[in-house]
Amino acid sequence: MDNFEPKIVAFCCHYSAYSADLAGSMRLQYPPNVRIIELPCSGTIDHKVLLSAVEDGADGIFVAGCMEGDCHFTRGNYRAKKRVEKVKEILDEIGFGSDRLEMYNVSADNGTRFAEIANEMTERIRSLGPSPFNKKEGDKN
Amino acid sequence: MIVAEQKPIKTIADLIEDSNKVLLVGCSACVAVCLAGGEKETEVLASALRIKRKQEGKPLETVTKMVTRQCDPEYIATLDDSVEDVDTIISLGCGVGVQYLAERFYNKWVIPALDTKFAGGSIEHGQWEERCGLCGDCILHRTGGICPIIRCSKSLLNGPCGGSQDGKCEINKDVPCAWHLIYERMKSLGKLDKLLEIQPPKDWSRSRDGGPRKVTREDVFID
Repeated sequence: MDNFEPKIVAFCCHYSAYSADLAGSMRLQYPPNVRIIELPCSGTIDHKVLLSAVEDGADGIFVAGCMEGDCHFTRGNYRAKKRVEKVKEILDEIGFGSDRLEMYNVSADNGTRFAEIANEMTERIRSLGPSPFNKKEGDKN
Repeated sequence: MIVAEQKPIKTIADLIEDSNKVLLVGCSACVAVCLAGGEKETEVLASALRIKRKQEGKPLETVTKMVTRQCDPEYIATLDDSVEDVDTIISLGCGVGVQYLAERFYNKWVIPALDTKFAGGSIEHGQWEERCGLCGDCILHRTGGICPIIRCSKSLLNGPCGGSQDGKCEINKDVPCAWHLIYERMKSLGKLDKLLEIQPPKDWSRSRDGGPRKVTREDVFID
């Protein structure tokens, strides 16, 4: 699809990835396809929330927490990682495929890495095409 | 608690292949504690089934309900208004819950989403272990609080077999020999002499060998 602009939902930890959105302040370019949702900790992400994002038509979803070993709440990012892995298993099991979901770790001061992640995920989803749940409205909400 | 495990989603999806609308019923008792059939697991299963079916071009309508216990008729009755227009009821209860739903809603197709595994407890968050053989004639007072019926692979009553090595059972090096545990515990309690009492063959008629069992407390009957 030539004009496909993916809708990507990013669940970002308040203490790291959400702050890493300073990519904007740093005037770093990253695609406007990423919709950021702030979480108090990546460890608050839930299987059901991720599946809801799939059902509601997100083309791609990622969870971004602190670097491993640096979680503000000690182990939240490890828990998020395990939950993302579990939901990836479910998505594979039901034939949706797990490629549209990913877990990333990024530190609060690394706006450059955040922009890289946004670019990487956008390119990945662009090559996968729209989610079967995404309506034809394309990138409009 | 009764410990259960969810069947593969594909297996459940195959069982409701012909249904367009299903009611998923979770249970807030044992299966919620062992994270197999509580509110969250019910919602996640419903979501997974909807995603699968929508991709296949046969959208599935789901209704989710929780009951306090699927093993009590009074709680099952709260579902009366929810079952009328559904093709299938999916129970996320243990085998007891599935049967109670099937009895209450006699003209509905009721299917199990879980495999009921055993009576046990948690050993860490996310892991459960069998601890009771439900034999109907408890002997834990003779064995230091360690059940040889279910924790000994052979359910032996008078000490370990020759397969006990270094405290482990011969079936698996990760399985402790129940009789080794019993010996160590009785020794620490200074009650090793109790183990010298020979246990006669167990009366298995009080277990499943006597057919389906029933417990009655007439003093608490309401009528």
